[in-house]
Amino acid sequence: MAVDASGASGDVPTVGQGARSNGPENRAPAKRPFQLFRNLNAKIASIPMVATALFVFVGCTLWTVVYSFTGSRMLPRFNFVGLDQYERLWSTRRWLVSIENLAIYGVCSLVFSLVIGFTLAALLDQKIRFENTFRTIILYPFALSFIVTGLVWQWILNPEFGLQRTVRSWGFESFTFDPLFTPSIVIYGILIAALWQGTGLIMVLMLAGLRGIDSSIWAAARVDGIPKWKTYVFIIIPMMRPVFVTALVLIAAGIIKVYDLVVAQTNGGPGIASEVPAKYVIETMFRAQNLGQGFAASTMMLVTVLIILIPWAYLEFGGKKRG
Amino acid sequence: MADTITLAKTRSSVADSLRCQGAGMPDPNGPRGAKPRRRFSRRNIFLYGTLILIGAYYLLPLYVMIVTSFKGMPEIRLGNIFSPPVEITYQPWIRAWAEACTGLNCDGLSRGFWNSVQILIPSVVLSIAVASVNGYALANWKFKGSEVFFTILIFGAFIPYQVMLYPIVILLRELGLFGDLSGLVLVHTIFGMPILTLLFRNYFTSLPEELFKAARVDGAGFWGIYFRIMVPMSIPIFVVAVILQVTGIWNDFLFGVIYTRPDQYPMTVQLNNIVNSVQGVKEYNVNMAATLLTGLVPLTIYFISGKLFVRGIAAGAVKG
Repeated sequence: MAVDASGASGDVPTVGQGARSNGPENRAPAKRPFQLFRNLNAKIASIPMVATALFVFVGCTLWTVVYSFTGSRMLPRFNFVGLDQYERLWSTRRWLVSIENLAIYGVCSLVFSLVIGFTLAALLDQKIRFENTFRTIILYPFALSFIVTGLVWQWILNPEFGLQRTVRSWGFESFTFDPLFTPSIVIYGILIAALWQGTGLIMVLMLAGLRGIDSSIWAAARVDGIPKWKTYVFIIIPMMRPVFVTALVLIAAGIIKVYDLVVAQTNGGPGIASEVPAKYVIETMFRAQNLGQGFAASTMMLVTVLIILIPWAYLEFGGKKRG
Repeated sequence: MADTITLAKTRSSVADSLRCQGAGMPDPNGPRGAKPRRRFSRRNIFLYGTLILIGAYYLLPLYVMIVTSFKGMPEIRLGNIFSPPVEITYQPWIRAWAEACTGLNCDGLSRGFWNSVQILIPSVVLSIAVASVNGYALANWKFKGSEVFFTILIFGAFIPYQVMLYPIVILLRELGLFGDLSGLVLVHTIFGMPILTLLFRNYFTSLPEELFKAARVDGAGFWGIYFRIMVPMSIPIFVVAVILQVTGIWNDFLFGVIYTRPDQYPMTVQLNNIVNSVQGVKEYNVNMAATLLTGLVPLTIYFISGKLFVRGIAAGAVKG
């Protein structure tokens, strides 16, 4: 095999530069055809990765974007209709409600996840006993699926038998906490469940970040007599910028994907008050059989992701050489 | 859980003067001086009080699930959601497992459970096999363009699934796998690939290169090194990957609902159909038993694996 031959000549088979430094020593024209077969086994082994990257991630995405400009209904047909689908999309009330919900949910989810996650991590970082127990308790919801999370909170927030009635039975007769059946605040009911499920992950990330801070920083702040909360806000948090960025990207990616939780907890209701874009896409594509509309909506989701992803990628990899 | 408790015990047995050291962990808060702290200082009461309240909040839904699932329906209608069951009944569990209805089928969640198992095992094996070989090729056998494909793969993980759902339906239909469990296995393999490849690539890169070179000198090829050196040396990361995939695939809802037929729905989809079905009287105790049953697999894995689970999600979260 080609690989064994190159191994016998004793060169380092990693990376292309091995091949490049090797190139001039061999006669160039004779070597050309072998370039493709060099490292052949690795290339064969990478076929699944290459296929996934090209056909699924690039190919399928482009396909959807292209077909979002068509009037496909039950089956994808290539009849170009320009921006019709997008115009219709942005004049559909259900989509506008979905976008509004996503915006509220997204902003709240970002802010609360980061604040709660960091606060919990800071609390656990006080050299307490039973740290592992507390961490285990706070993280366990993350192991549960969104369906389970949604159903549990649907039950707790049930106005007839759940929290509301229990508090009323304690004597607070007029106590009202009924987010899942109140259209104006239903998205906050979903947010409660989402935060319960997801803050553990952010806490673990933040805790790892806090542990990575050099203890001499704390010593210096103490010597200077800076109060603890000030040290956190003005020294530690700025130092943890990479952790915050990672957490931000993770939360943002999760926000756009939110689907199962809504399906389980409210199924978009009451009415269409808790619809989200992901649900709109799936229902227009697979239930209403309005493919073009679904493609247009999913393309809008993709655009949203790119708006977040591109600046992040630029910040993260822009300066350095990629890889 | 067990190891946290033993750890806590060993810690409490450490002498008071040593307590500040936090059982040998690096001290993040700087020196606190030699003065031993009082156990019940105001700070400690506040700190532990807050933590216990938070812990109680996080445990509450699990507690509510458990108590509700052991109550009878009359008790649920009368009583309070947080009170423990007066009369413990196992009926809801039996009903949830073997009798709950989805549409016309009334054979309970057991069907969904076995479907999920059938999906889970091949998906976990295949996705880890493919991703570990990918990671190995990326770490040790880079070729022209390999990094480009890897970058596409990582960025692909951020594309909303909704964008790719329909084209994949077409791909699966062309392959004759649509509506079949093997189609779903393929989908799980594809969407597990970015994170797992990253995990394995980073791990294999961290292994000493001399090992690889020595094996090369001894004449081992691509597969020889993979099977005889890389795999045996990377058992921990394989365990992490298994944990990651088992919980991820078990908890999946979206792919299950789109790429399978109703009689093959995985447990999460069936659970949702049982609980949110609009027909009939709502049996909240059966619903909660069913919810717990579905959550039991990932919870068990979580509580057994402990630190490894954390390592898995941390590896998934922190990009290389």
